[in-house]
Amino acid sequence: MEPMKARRGVPFSSFRAEVVAGGPGPFGLRGLMTAMMSECHLDQQLQLVTADTSEKTDVVLLACGSFNPITNMHLRLFELGKDYMNATGKYRVIKGIISPVGDAYRKKGLIPAHHRVIMAELATKNSHWVEVDTWESLQKEWVETVKVLRHHQEKLATGSCDHPQSSPSLDRPGRKRKWAEQNQNSSPKKPQAFKPTGVPRVKLLCGADLLESFSVPNLWKIEDITQIVANYGLICITRAGSDAQKFIYESDVLWRYQSNIHLVDEWITNDISSTKIRRALRRGQSIRYLVPDLVQEYIEKHDLYSSESEDRNVGVILAPLQRNIAEAKHNSSMA
Amino acid sequence: MHVVPIFPCLGMYQVVEGIISPVNDSYGKKDLVASHHRVAMARLALQTSDWIRVDPWESEQAQWTETVKVLRHHHSELLKSSAQMEDPDPRKTPSASADSCNLPGIHPCSAVLPELKLLCGADVLKTFHTPNLWKDEHIQEIVEKFGLVCVSRGGHDPKGYILDSPILRQFQHNIHLAREPIQNEISATYVRKALGQGQSVKYLLPDAVIAYIRDHGLYSSDSPWKGKGNAC
Repeated sequence: MEPMKARRGVPFSSFRAEVVAGGPGPFGLRGLMTAMMSECHLDQQLQLVTADTSEKTDVVLLACGSFNPITNMHLRLFELGKDYMNATGKYRVIKGIISPVGDAYRKKGLIPAHHRVIMAELATKNSHWVEVDTWESLQKEWVETVKVLRHHQEKLATGSCDHPQSSPSLDRPGRKRKWAEQNQNSSPKKPQAFKPTGVPRVKLLCGADLLESFSVPNLWKIEDITQIVANYGLICITRAGSDAQKFIYESDVLWRYQSNIHLVDEWITNDISSTKIRRALRRGQSIRYLVPDLVQEYIEKHDLYSSESEDRNVGVILAPLQRNIAEAKHNSSMA
Repeated sequence: MHVVPIFPCLGMYQVVEGIISPVNDSYGKKDLVASHHRVAMARLALQTSDWIRVDPWESEQAQWTETVKVLRHHHSELLKSSAQMEDPDPRKTPSASADSCNLPGIHPCSAVLPELKLLCGADVLKTFHTPNLWKDEHIQEIVEKFGLVCVSRGGHDPKGYILDSPILRQFQHNIHLAREPIQNEISATYVRKALGQGQSVKYLLPDAVIAYIRDHGLYSSDSPWKGKGNAC
């Protein structure tokens, strides 16, 4: 959208008409808000109406999970999350990060991280803004989600301070190229200026299943959940009519930080879970059009999923459960 | 989701081809863009498929063609190509014979013509009940002579639709209900709405189709052919 040029001496009434006619989207909305304001100095109004992006918060969407395998559903989460956040007029989504969990998570059926990373990279090959990050998957021990958020937030803060004009991630040439492309493509009509004040904020992108997993005993530490919603924020894509709102209402912590939890309606029933994909593969059924073609080919070529692979970690306790139960025991024994 | 249901493994059939037949512009359905676009988009979507193809015959007719006539057309095309395959030598009589199966270079069982079946979603099965939309004799011909492969869809009860119709009940052995174990309700209506609102449809449509829609300005909120079937 073309930024509204500041014009002095224009009578407020005609100025308002132009702004209101700005059409749908964040600019038009802001124009409407301006028009509804009571009479005040034109300069102050112009400050609000000029559509440069300095008042928007830059957001990075981070999705954690097994991605075992990545599916079109996962990819849709990013698209839905981006459209939603951008449409609020308060945020500008600049990047999406897929962070596959490490093997130490010990989930049943979890195949080695390097395969899951490669599949995610194949899946995002044609994305201008979503990329894969391997930091979490390379850690020897399982990493709590809040720590992954913290890692990426700190990385963004460092990158923003030291190199305002360049990529925050210099050790991966591939990703740097993508970042540079993003800068060029996002605003074709005006030069992109990196704002020294606006460090992008990382937010956790997820489906309703993750939100509802907060209530599984010993899966999450309450202080972690609190930090996630208080310091970072959640963008939760849910099936229209799901119980997510009720779930938030019934949790004191989530209720307190509900302004930081964005529920996004998903109108298309999208049941493409990785579990079902693996099941279909075991039964020789086609997964075409449920995962990106490159992912389907990779799975086929490497024969990744079978009854054997599904038996991985059977009888092994999930890492967060083990850690949280052990810590609880330790704390109670110390009391 | 217009492509690929997951067929139950009964071992009775071997699917050899899939045909997508976009409807004629004269059908007059709301938001229908010009058929040459719809055919082009289907072609792009099927670029990487080795068994599904687009056939523009229906869309190229002078007027809207009843579904049963489309089936008849493709059936006769199959007959023609089958006759050609069996007897490439014009000196021989073009009739199927048991011997042709044993001749080298001839596709085994070419004497058996593939069955042509109508593939549809459960919502189409439901429309059989809409008054005046289908002729009863057409419904009968479709299920009796050809057969139906019906993919389930959320909110629909295909078994119920069959039981509620005497014709469908009579030929229910020729109606195969393919359950879609992984529900994926991507409706074109939703996609058009999302496009009209400037929302992303990535991963709902193949990238090549999205690029085509963008390059030709289709389905935007100010699209010139909204509701019309005429090409510009």
